[in-house]
Amino acid sequence: MNQLLELMGQAHEEISAAASLVALDEVRVRYMGKKGLLTDQLKQLGQLPPEERREAGQEINKAKKALAEALDLRKESMQEEALNARLQAERVDVSLPGRNAEAGSLHPITQTIKRIEAIFAQLGFETVEGPEIEDDFHNFTALNVPEHHPARAMHDTFYFDDGLLLRTHTSSVQIHTMEDNEPPYRIIAPGRVYRCDSDITHSPMFHQVEGLMVDKDVTFADLKGVLDAFFKAFFEVDELPVRFRASYFPFTEPSAETDIQCVLCSGEGCKVCSHTGWLEVMGCGMVHPEVLKHTGVDPDKYTGFAFGFGVERLAMLRYGIDDLRILFDNDTRVLEQFS
Amino acid sequence: MKVSEMWLREWVNPNIDAAEIGSQLTMAGVELDGIEPVASDFTKVVIGEILSTEKHPDADKLRICQVACGEAEPVQIVCGAPNARTGLKAPLAMIGAKLGTSDGGSFKIKKSKLRGELSFGMLCSAKELGMEDAIDGLLELASDATVGMDIREYLMLEDVVLELDATPNRADCLSIAGIARETGVLTQTEVTEPVITAVAQASDEQFPIEIIATDKCERFVSRVIRNVNVKAQTPLWMVERLRRADIRSLGPIVDVTNYVMIELGSPMHGFDFDKLVGGIKVRNGVEGEPLTLLDGREVKLREDTLVVADHEKALALAGIMGGLDSSVTDETQNIMLECAYFVPEKIMGKSRTYGLHTDASHRFERGVSPDLQEKAIQRATQLIVEICGGDVAAVNDVISNPELLSRDSITLKASDIVRHLGIEVDAARVTDILTRIGCDVSVGSDSWTVVPPVFRFDISIEVDLVEEIARVYGYDKIPSRLRPMTPVIARKLETEVNDDVLRQLLVDEGYREAVTYSFVPSEIELMLNPAHEQIRLANPISEELAIMRSTLWSGLLPALAKNLNRQQSRVRLFEVGLNFVNGESGMKQRKQLAGVITGTRNTEHWDVKPDNVDFFDAKGHVEQLLAQASGSKYHFVAVAHPALHPGQSAQITDGENVVGWVGALHPRLEKKFGISQSVFMFELDLGYVAKKSLAAYEKVSRFPSIRRDLALIVDQAVTASAIENCLNASGIDILQSSRVFDVYEGAGVEDGQKSLALGLIFQDFSRTLEDGDINSSVDEIVQLLEKQTGAVLRQ
Repeated sequence: MNQLLELMGQAHEEISAAASLVALDEVRVRYMGKKGLLTDQLKQLGQLPPEERREAGQEINKAKKALAEALDLRKESMQEEALNARLQAERVDVSLPGRNAEAGSLHPITQTIKRIEAIFAQLGFETVEGPEIEDDFHNFTALNVPEHHPARAMHDTFYFDDGLLLRTHTSSVQIHTMEDNEPPYRIIAPGRVYRCDSDITHSPMFHQVEGLMVDKDVTFADLKGVLDAFFKAFFEVDELPVRFRASYFPFTEPSAETDIQCVLCSGEGCKVCSHTGWLEVMGCGMVHPEVLKHTGVDPDKYTGFAFGFGVERLAMLRYGIDDLRILFDNDTRVLEQFS
Repeated sequence: MKVSEMWLREWVNPNIDAAEIGSQLTMAGVELDGIEPVASDFTKVVIGEILSTEKHPDADKLRICQVACGEAEPVQIVCGAPNARTGLKAPLAMIGAKLGTSDGGSFKIKKSKLRGELSFGMLCSAKELGMEDAIDGLLELASDATVGMDIREYLMLEDVVLELDATPNRADCLSIAGIARETGVLTQTEVTEPVITAVAQASDEQFPIEIIATDKCERFVSRVIRNVNVKAQTPLWMVERLRRADIRSLGPIVDVTNYVMIELGSPMHGFDFDKLVGGIKVRNGVEGEPLTLLDGREVKLREDTLVVADHEKALALAGIMGGLDSSVTDETQNIMLECAYFVPEKIMGKSRTYGLHTDASHRFERGVSPDLQEKAIQRATQLIVEICGGDVAAVNDVISNPELLSRDSITLKASDIVRHLGIEVDAARVTDILTRIGCDVSVGSDSWTVVPPVFRFDISIEVDLVEEIARVYGYDKIPSRLRPMTPVIARKLETEVNDDVLRQLLVDEGYREAVTYSFVPSEIELMLNPAHEQIRLANPISEELAIMRSTLWSGLLPALAKNLNRQQSRVRLFEVGLNFVNGESGMKQRKQLAGVITGTRNTEHWDVKPDNVDFFDAKGHVEQLLAQASGSKYHFVAVAHPALHPGQSAQITDGENVVGWVGALHPRLEKKFGISQSVFMFELDLGYVAKKSLAAYEKVSRFPSIRRDLALIVDQAVTASAIENCLNASGIDILQSSRVFDVYEGAGVEDGQKSLALGLIFQDFSRTLEDGDINSSVDEIVQLLEKQTGAVLRQ
């Protein structure tokens, strides 16, 4: 027995002294391996008198279990130390930048169009596109603007020698849609439009969104409802005052200019709204019966409304851009602000 | 049009201020652009009369004037105006007067000394009172002006001008009468017209008038007035009213015709009667016929142009501008007034073709009421005789269309109003509105029979009346209603690839989206696409914006160069938009996606080597984009492109169509764009590419795959795709895929050859492959490659 005690004392010392997992395993083998010292003790049990064997066996097994526990404990603590050392060694400066972190960005005009599309999509408006080089019929005649009409002077049109032209509005897409499909219609048509005009506040190319809704019972009240809802959603202002002023477009009747309360000064009056408190943002109206007739839609059965507005204007108001030209300058230092 | 409030109030005087009038007009469709005072806010300026002048002893240009000012003693004023002369009546700013300056400030008049001579005030020009100068010097007042009277009172300067913008359909609003009528309608106020008294006729004389172009001119009213003193002064009140309407005084006859145009809305013209030969013919021009216009310009007439002519020659461009030869001059003694009705759609756009836009053409194109002409002649006669005297002959009213003043009636049903506006409007209010705008209304049960007034060219169908009701009743009284929408599930095909996905992919790769003009300079198109027959605008803004782009690179490359010049060295731009290409089947406009990249592959980083991008970065991005279009197999073929480096240029095809290009910008073009680093670029035709086929599930093998790598020596000219094609055609079922994982040229490899490392992946669906299977397949592949591409295994 004394021998066992001594052996155990010695084993515990060796466990404590083991400097590595390898050394620790050597300790395990020395005592608990097939030819280990403790294993030897078990083998020698047979030499004891039978009445002592049982007790001695129990003692040895107890010692063996204790030793195994001590070995595990030591192993765990050594692993823990090793891990700690590794963790220490693998420490990085987390404030350094990551690799390839820079994503690009969509143009603010695209972002604005996508936002407009998403809002109208909730009201069931589908986005459609059309050609930019147009014929006179789709850009003017079908929209009830006959040749030489003074309303054409409102659109400074770019022409080609063959009589084709660059569309002056995306209202032309309305015509394509009505020609190619049966009513009801609920569409918006975003896209590039062109006018022969260039100064600080005019670009010869800009973007417009045209909208059209035609059904059996569409009224001016519905037009107001849809546009009201749109502006409130777009500017994220629940109580945004929107007003409709009588105006004239050959393709709508009654026609209206739509003003929203200035979103920059909340109607107090500022430079952007020329101190009127209002911003003119959209032209709209009930589709003129002649336009319906031109595309084969029966104006006695159907009524509808149409609207059109400039994307740049809304983008500038929303993002605080005070110079139209930067939208076409493609300066990456500006574009990256819209990430 | 500019409308004097004071003038307007003579016609209609609602109990609201000018701003409120403007605001009501604005809401109803005649937009108020601004309200301006007619003079600056000055005080203590009276009518002075220069009693005597003497030269300033020490200054050549100054005169010392004694000026009566309504007080006991005249005051001494030192004045430099060229027209300061004895007897002249002019505005005099007294000591203590406050005058405005052009920048909005003000200053006080004090006793002062000019070159040693005392001056007790200042004689004023129109400009110094915040009005427009008609002449260089003092504002000359009428000789009967009361000395000492406050000039504000005398010139009726407590007035403002409303600048109103009438839409093209509302020609009836281009006059004081029209604005008054509109104001009356909106404020429900009575409108009082000034009394026009017919001047007693001195003779029955009538100049023969013949309307030949009866389709274009339907009424021609004229009157001869003899013995007119054209040297008479236009009275100051008329000069002032014209000035407030933005019209300069040019002599009494022209002033009166302009005045009547502003007042009533009908342009008219005064001829020097003695220059007219035989009689008037209103006819089409003769091709090439010359005419010198009032402004001195000579034009050659065309057959489509209506002219007022006499028996010898054209006198005036009808409805646009009079001619010089027959115009009233200082020598004129007898005049003929003319006021006509021209059919708007017949003369529309004609003035533009002659490069002209006049007050007259502006009105005639939009429609001048055919019932105004006789009235306008009577009004002008009255005013001319008042100012210039004269013997008035008979009015000669020639009408070529007997239906001129008749209008078809329109039946408006109450249900029409509800159908378009979504509300009911009280029947009595509807009747009132229609009556006030000038319609003849008979009320039925739930309907109205309406004859619109002749001056409203924009009213001919029910919906025109609905619009009138809506705008007068007030758009703000129509509720805003978000109707329940019939649900429609938008038709979105899974096989159509939305641009958004492709845009986002490039954004994730660090690209910035650009928006460049669709029109570009010719020379850029010529560099990038020299063989293309350019599509040129007939009326470009400038040569820089003259050619429709046939490739989006035309806008992206200059944008990239511009950014490099702004100290950016790593630039990635893309754009989505149409290109415009002339081809065998005509002009096509197709949606493209193009990108340009330059600079380092990665953003500058402390742990990444700053390598520059190359062809395979651009191609990689293209491959990612094409991967979205998984339906087709795309091929990259080495084909030269004028914009691209001949050794780094790939045409992308889907086997049938060229769907795009990718490559390096041709080094020769780098310089032309002012770029001094390599640029890689691509363009894809979204019409072909933005489509994919539905994913179709295929089973994956349960058995392990085995990879074998080969090192091959091939001729430099052998392409990766040649090896790939060879493997694809091998017919070895268990070869699942292959990839080139290394390419090497240089030491250890003979010149003209390269080493390719090829990874082959084998797998079977029914069993685990054994070495034997693989070895025999590899042998087969090696033999095949050797036979078809000359490849040999590297030793």
